[in-house]
Amino acid sequence: MSDVTPTVSAETPRQRRPWLSPIARRRLQIFRASRRAHVSLWLFTLLFVVSLGAELIANDKPLVMQYQGDWYVPLLVDYPETDFGGFLPTTTDYRDPFVRKQIERHGWALWPPVPFSYQTLDRDIQGPVPSPPSLRHWLGTDDQGRDVFARVLYGFRLSVAFALALTVGSIVLGVLIGGVQGYYGGKVDLFGQRLIEIWSGLPVLFLLIILASLVEPNVWWLLGIMLLFSWLGLVDIVRAEFLRARNLEYVRAARALGLPSRLIMWRHVLPNAMVATLTFIPFLFTGAITTLTALDFLGFGLPPGSPSLGELVAQGKNNLQAPWLGITAFLSLSVMLSLLVFIGEGLRDAFDPRHIVGASAATASSTRALP
Amino acid sequence: MNHPPLLSLEGVTVLVGGYQAVTRLDLEVARGETVAVVGESGSGKSVSALGALGLLPPGSEVGGQRHFAGEDLARLTTRQWNALRGGRIGFVFQEPMTSLNPLHTVGKQLRESLRLHQGLRGQRATQRCRQLLEQVRLPRVEELLKTRPHQLSGGQRQRVMIAMAIANDPQLLIADEPTTALDVTVQQEILALLDELRREHGMGILLISHDLNLVRRHADRVVVMHRGRVVESGPTPRVFSAPAADYTRALLDAIPDGMPAALPADAPTLLAARRLGVEFLRPKPLLRPRPPAFVALEPLSLNLRQGETLGLVGESGSGKSTLAAALIRLLPAHGEIDFDGERLDRLKGNALRQRRPQFQIVFQDPYGSLSPRMPIADIISEGLRFHHPALDEATLAARVAEALAEVNLPADCAQRYPHEFSGGQRQRIAIARALILKPRLLVLDEPTSALDRSVQKQLIELLRAVQARHHISYLFISHDLAVVRAMAHQIMVLKEGQVVESGECIRVLDAPTSDYTRALIAAAALD
Repeated sequence: MSDVTPTVSAETPRQRRPWLSPIARRRLQIFRASRRAHVSLWLFTLLFVVSLGAELIANDKPLVMQYQGDWYVPLLVDYPETDFGGFLPTTTDYRDPFVRKQIERHGWALWPPVPFSYQTLDRDIQGPVPSPPSLRHWLGTDDQGRDVFARVLYGFRLSVAFALALTVGSIVLGVLIGGVQGYYGGKVDLFGQRLIEIWSGLPVLFLLIILASLVEPNVWWLLGIMLLFSWLGLVDIVRAEFLRARNLEYVRAARALGLPSRLIMWRHVLPNAMVATLTFIPFLFTGAITTLTALDFLGFGLPPGSPSLGELVAQGKNNLQAPWLGITAFLSLSVMLSLLVFIGEGLRDAFDPRHIVGASAATASSTRALP
Repeated sequence: MNHPPLLSLEGVTVLVGGYQAVTRLDLEVARGETVAVVGESGSGKSVSALGALGLLPPGSEVGGQRHFAGEDLARLTTRQWNALRGGRIGFVFQEPMTSLNPLHTVGKQLRESLRLHQGLRGQRATQRCRQLLEQVRLPRVEELLKTRPHQLSGGQRQRVMIAMAIANDPQLLIADEPTTALDVTVQQEILALLDELRREHGMGILLISHDLNLVRRHADRVVVMHRGRVVESGPTPRVFSAPAADYTRALLDAIPDGMPAALPADAPTLLAARRLGVEFLRPKPLLRPRPPAFVALEPLSLNLRQGETLGLVGESGSGKSTLAAALIRLLPAHGEIDFDGERLDRLKGNALRQRRPQFQIVFQDPYGSLSPRMPIADIISEGLRFHHPALDEATLAARVAEALAEVNLPADCAQRYPHEFSGGQRQRIAIARALILKPRLLVLDEPTSALDRSVQKQLIELLRAVQARHHISYLFISHDLAVVRAMAHQIMVLKEGQVVESGECIRVLDAPTSDYTRALIAAAALD
């Protein structure tokens, strides 16, 4: 057997195992080769990381302050107004002119670059709301006098976090149910599929509306209700992969070794289904964001006052005289969804075994004769 | 001859993706002659034929002089190529399953070729189709024209492919492993058909094959290739009787020989099956009674002693793999199975899983039976890790190294992945995975049929050595009698789920009692 030259020395085999398997490295290479996907991923990550620190960027209370020689961190701790010479033992409203005056007189405060949170009503606006973009409100205010930039920032974070949680939940449920159906097949599969057909026939939107009227909708309720249905799309893919993979020879070999089903599914079959699942993630993700936005737009989504892009769209629709609302909503949504779609495209190509590395560069010429 | 040879290649070099697959190939095919290109997989035999005719994927480059009937092939335009290929040059490929379009009827596919190259339409085209299918000895031609490829057997499909290839009276027929995917008895018929067509039409045939038996019988001249180079060429009888190159000699020598080690007379019975049969239920149509079950295996009995090899022989669909899978409880079956004095057919769930290490299986396809995502060490140690969770890493590593040594693989393989190994090496890894559990019975399901002859021989010697060392019983499944003769003590010939003949291997092969066994022996060309 001389046709494979050993490249790994016998002494230190454990350390020499590459961190990434060759196939993972190939996928990474294809993903990187797609500039659009690569740049999109970085941009999206940057935006998400920035939005994670939204409290540091747009907030209606100072980050740190000194008052009469003492340090205060209003960002993290709620102080009663009595601490700053007020009369009520309630949480301080740092935007109150009286409190401001007190702070200016007895110390200083470091404010975030945007001194409004997503639900701060700016009472000092001259003229009617919604007010157009200005130095004070970079993207203007909505019809309740709230800063649009702050709302977009918080809204982006909430959308992405919501979509992330929904996606993870859907994958766990979808892979579990699809996997069990595909691996065992037979009656389990037959009844499972029928059940899913009935389940997927339920009108999700109406159900959401009905449920939203029964309970006080908050993020967790919405997540739970949407999770009941969002895994359905994954089941078909995972089930098909499991059906195919359970008859692969190495899976049969594992069965002949006497391994229990759960181990075979986890170690040998699941990796086959993972490619299809990963390719599906960006679509689950964008789907989750769009659904949440649509529900908010209709008014059946997040509780009133929450930073929501859907609500911004609705405001844009209701206030056509204030185009900055509509334009901001449109731009932030389209940028977010486009970035996700580009990332999804890159992922799909990276996991496509037929994708040729550097295919775009090579022209599709037929066999060429040597000179 | 005063006219030029049909196909002439001089110094042809083929680069595929920057890799030199063929180096300076010289080859000539004259009219009415069969020239065989022989070599093991990866020797560049298919690439040279495809490259000469410009059928390689984009990114490949072909250099050297290529002439077809005096025309320079390098100067042809796309249009001229299309007229040549499928017109004056016909092709028959290896895979009869995939080289026909499954969506169109046989008649439609034949007519398409006739219309493109001869402009035949309507009644005349149908007439010609009938004639062609009769020429390739297909029955019920009228019906056949309306069938789709999946309704035909492999042999029939290959005949249809040949009919398509000769539809336009080609001067040259390129047959790339035309019979590799077919059963041995069918192989003979197809090649006899090709011979006959060659004589009738005066075609030249370029036969690409790895099967020396076949080449010896059907080719006038042989070109032996190894790693992209021609190592020897000449008239067939000369090459076979007095090979000049070492490589040719090694190839000829690689036909498996030897006998399995003799058994002690008092060897105890390890595995016994009584009235073991397998049936598959057919789906029940709505409102009608369920059709009778498909009988994959008629009830049969067998007896395997410790250290003994039972060869299961038969063509595809004969039920030999079904029998093996049923014996080790990978398929539901009825009947009794005794393994080492215990009723195996009564075990279930956990109890059965705990017995599994004692009977292991090695599958046919060395590329499919190893998980591509796991390094070799993990693949081999997987069963051991599960059945003996108390073993520590150092012991596991030692046992893996031991198992690798058992199958003659170096210990540094352990951290590499399956794709880094050749077919023969992978099959050894699969054997190591089974051996590490110290099984008493090893089912070998066509372990050598995907491998080159020389690798086959090494594997058979390895398996015999392992058996001698550990007294493992083998259930050896194969369609190749030459391999079975070198491995088995007992033999059982199966056909369509029934036992045709069984008994001691040498006796059955020397004096077969059934016609079917005789046909198999004739096809395997055992001397």
